[in-house]
Amino acid sequence: MADLHRADVLVSCRHGRTPELVTALRDEIERRGLAEEIRVVETGCSGFCSVGPVITVRPEGHFYASVQPADVPELVEETLVKGRFVQRLAYKEAAGRKAITRYEDLPFYAKQMRIVLRNCGMIDPRSIDEYIAVGGYEALGKVLTSMTPDEVIAEIKKSGLRGRGGAGFHAGRKWEATRRAKGDIKYVIANGDEGDPGAFMDRALMEGDPHAIIEGMIIASYAVGSHQGYIYVRDEYPLAVENLTLAIQAAREYGLLGEDILGSGHSFDIRIVRGAGAFVCGESSALMQSLEGKVGEPRAKHVHATDRGLFDRPSCLNNVETLANVPQIILNGADWFASIGTERSKGTKAFCLVGKVRNPGLIEVPMGMTLKQIVNDIGGGPPKFRKVKAVQTGGPSGGCIPASMLDIPVDYESLTEAGSMMGSGGMIVLDDRTCMVDISRYFLEFLKEESCGKCAPCREGIKRMLEILVAMTNGTAKAGDLERLETLAKTVQTASLCGLGKSAPNPVLSTIRYFREEYEQHIKDGYCASGACRELTAYVIVDEKCKGCGLCIKVCPQEGISGEQKQPHYIDQAVCIKCGACYDVCRLDAIKIVPKAAVSLGGNGGNGHGTPAATPAKDKPGAAKGKA
Amino acid sequence: MPKLKSLDELRELRSRLKHEIKARTETATTITVGMGTCGIAAGAREVMQAFLDELSARQIDAHVVTTGCIGMCSKEPLVDIQQGNEPRITYGNVSPAMVPRIIEEHLIGGKVVQEWAVGRLVKEA
Ligand SMILES: Cc1cc2nc3c(=O)[nH]c(=O)nc-3n(C[C@H](O)[C@H](O)[C@H](O)COP(=O)(O)O)c2cc1C
Repeated sequence: MADLHRADVLVSCRHGRTPELVTALRDEIERRGLAEEIRVVETGCSGFCSVGPVITVRPEGHFYASVQPADVPELVEETLVKGRFVQRLAYKEAAGRKAITRYEDLPFYAKQMRIVLRNCGMIDPRSIDEYIAVGGYEALGKVLTSMTPDEVIAEIKKSGLRGRGGAGFHAGRKWEATRRAKGDIKYVIANGDEGDPGAFMDRALMEGDPHAIIEGMIIASYAVGSHQGYIYVRDEYPLAVENLTLAIQAAREYGLLGEDILGSGHSFDIRIVRGAGAFVCGESSALMQSLEGKVGEPRAKHVHATDRGLFDRPSCLNNVETLANVPQIILNGADWFASIGTERSKGTKAFCLVGKVRNPGLIEVPMGMTLKQIVNDIGGGPPKFRKVKAVQTGGPSGGCIPASMLDIPVDYESLTEAGSMMGSGGMIVLDDRTCMVDISRYFLEFLKEESCGKCAPCREGIKRMLEILVAMTNGTAKAGDLERLETLAKTVQTASLCGLGKSAPNPVLSTIRYFREEYEQHIKDGYCASGACRELTAYVIVDEKCKGCGLCIKVCPQEGISGEQKQPHYIDQAVCIKCGACYDVCRLDAIKIVPKAAVSLGGNGGNGHGTPAATPAKDKPGAAKGKA
Repeated sequence: MPKLKSLDELRELRSRLKHEIKARTETATTITVGMGTCGIAAGAREVMQAFLDELSARQIDAHVVTTGCIGMCSKEPLVDIQQGNEPRITYGNVSPAMVPRIIEEHLIGGKVVQEWAVGRLVKEA
C-alpha cells in the first residue's frame, strides 16, 4: 500500500448534498484507477457557506465552488488526471465577476485568522489520526509531562483568554477558582448548547474539529484537578453528537482518555449529555440543573459554580470555542496569543456572519477588527442596491449597532459600550429594508418563548414588552407606549434572576437608543419607513417618476398592478399584499412607501393612484417630526 | 491500536501519520509529471507511481503534481523538479528505473542529473 497520496480532495461540508458528491468522486476516482494515489477527504464546515459544497484540491490549492455530482467526471479528468483547472467551476467575485482559482487567493479567507477553526475544512473530523498528524494532542503531552497544574493555569491567565460563550470571563481565573475550591470530586464541563437562532459556530467546531475541544478539556481537567467531564450538546445537532462520540471513543482507544493518560498518572473521561434545546439551558446554572436530570432552570448565584456547581461540587464550565483555543495557547505560548487582538480582548473570535451580505458564512477574525472590515472585506458588503443599516451582534439578547458606528472594533468592551455584546458570535447584517421595531419584536418573541418562567420580571416583563412592540408594528400603539416600553425594559434588566432576563431588553434598548425616531413614526404616524410592518404600509406609484416600463407589473405576485406602456402605472390597494416586490424591482424610485392610512380603498376604484398630500416622505427626515 | 503510553509514543505515531497528509502541508519541493495523453501513453503513470513509492519509502518531503501536455511530446514522460528557488529542471524520457537515481542525486544530493535533463528554467526574481 502506498501511504503517500499525491493529491487530497477536500470536500466540505456534510450539510446539503455533499454525501452524494463524495460518493460520486470516490466512484469516479476508483473507475479511473486513481484510488491509490488520490484520496477524497470529507471535512467539516469550511465556512464559505454561500458557495457550498466546496472542493479544495491539495497540494495545488485549486478551489471549486458549488460543485454538483454531475461535475465530477470533468473535474477528475481535468484536474486530477491532467492537472488543469476547470474554469467553469471557479468561484467568481460578485464585483467584477473575477474568477478566483486558488484557496489562498480568496478574499473571504485572506482577512481571516483561523486559530480555532484552523482544522475545519482541512482534516477529516472523524479521524483521530489526521488530528494527530497536524499536531493534535501534542499540547496535552507537553502539559502532562512538563508542566504543573499551576503552571498551566498561569499560562492561560497570561494569555488573556476570555470566555467565548457570552460573558467573557477570564478562563484562567475560572480554572484557578475551581482548582482552589475544596472537594475531591470536580467537574469540567463544555458548553455546546448554542441556542442562538441562526448561529452555528459551535456546531461547526464540534462537527469539524471535535478533538480540539476534547484536548482542551483534558488540559483543563489536569489544571483544575478533575477526573470527569461532560459535554452538553443540544439534540438538534445530531452530527455534532456523532462526531464527538466517535472522537471520544477514538481518544479512549489511544489512551488519551481514561486511566493514566500518556503514562502521567492523570485520569479523565468524558460523557456527552444531550440537551432538549431550550435556550436557557445554555446558561450555566440551568445547564448544570439539566445535567443533573432536572428541569433546566437557573438559580441565584450567591455561590459560584466553581465552588458548588454540578451535583454541588466544584465545576468549571467553558464554552467549546474557549476550550478549543487552549491547545494552541499551550503549543505556541501565552505571549503569542496575547499578541493577537486588543488590549483587553485577546486572540480571535468566530462569528456567523449572516443577513444582508454577499458572502454569509462562518468566519474567524482577530479581536479588534472593525465591524466595517468584517461586513465589507470578508462579507463582500451588502447586496446590489442595498445599504447596510445596522449590524446586530450577540445573539437574540444582543443589540443593534447602527451603520454610522461600524468603525468600532470588535472586542468585549467596545460592543458592550455600544449597547450590544460579544455573546457567542452571532452577527446579523441588516439593510435599509429592515424595520428596527420589527427586529426588536422578532427577538423579544424568541425570548418570550424561551423564558423559563421561574422569575416574574422576566416571565411577565418580556411578555408585556412584546405586547407593546406588537401594537407598534400593527398600528394599535398609543401615545406613551414608548416610555412604558423603556421603563419595563429597565425593570426586566435589573430585576431578573439570570442572564436571559437581564439581557433580554438589549435589542429593545439598543434600537431605541439609535433609532428612536423610527419608534416614534410607528406610534404617531402609523408609518414604517422600511415597509416591513405590513399592517402599516401601502405602496403607491409616483406619477412623475414612473416611465411605464412594466417591470413592476411582471413581478407583482397578485397581478395587482396595471397600466399602459409608457404611461404611469397604478397599484390596486385592494389586492396588494405589501410584499414590496415592485418597490425592490423599480430602478426609477417611482414606487413609494406611505402609511396605510394615507391611501383610500374607496373612491378611485381602490387603486390608491396618486400621492396623498399628508405623507411623511422618507427622503425628508424632518417631515415626520415637524408635523408632531 | 494499542494505547499510547508516553509523549514519545505519541510523537512517533505522529511522525508516521504526518506522511499521510503530506498533500495538505507545505513542502519545498514539487515534482510535476506530464499527464497529457502523450505522457500517459509513454508510461507517465508508472513513473509517477515510482516517485510516490520512493518518496514514501524514504520519507521525503515533496509534492507530486500532474500537468497536461506541454508540447514536447517526443520527450515524454516529462518530469519537472522545482526545489525552493532553484532553477526548475526538466527531465525527459523518464522511466521508473531512473527514479531512484533522480531522487538520490537531485532531491537529496542537490545535484542535477545532467545527462537526463532536457531543460532548465530560472525563476524570475
Ligand atoms: C440565556 C443564556 C444562554 C446562554 N447560552 C449559552 C450557550 O449556548 N453556549 C455557551 O457557551 N454559553 C451560553 N451562555 C453563557 C454561559 O452561562 C456561560 O457563561 C458560559 O458557558 C461560560 O463559558 P465561557 O466562560 O467559556 O464563555 C448563556 C447564558 C445565558 C444567560
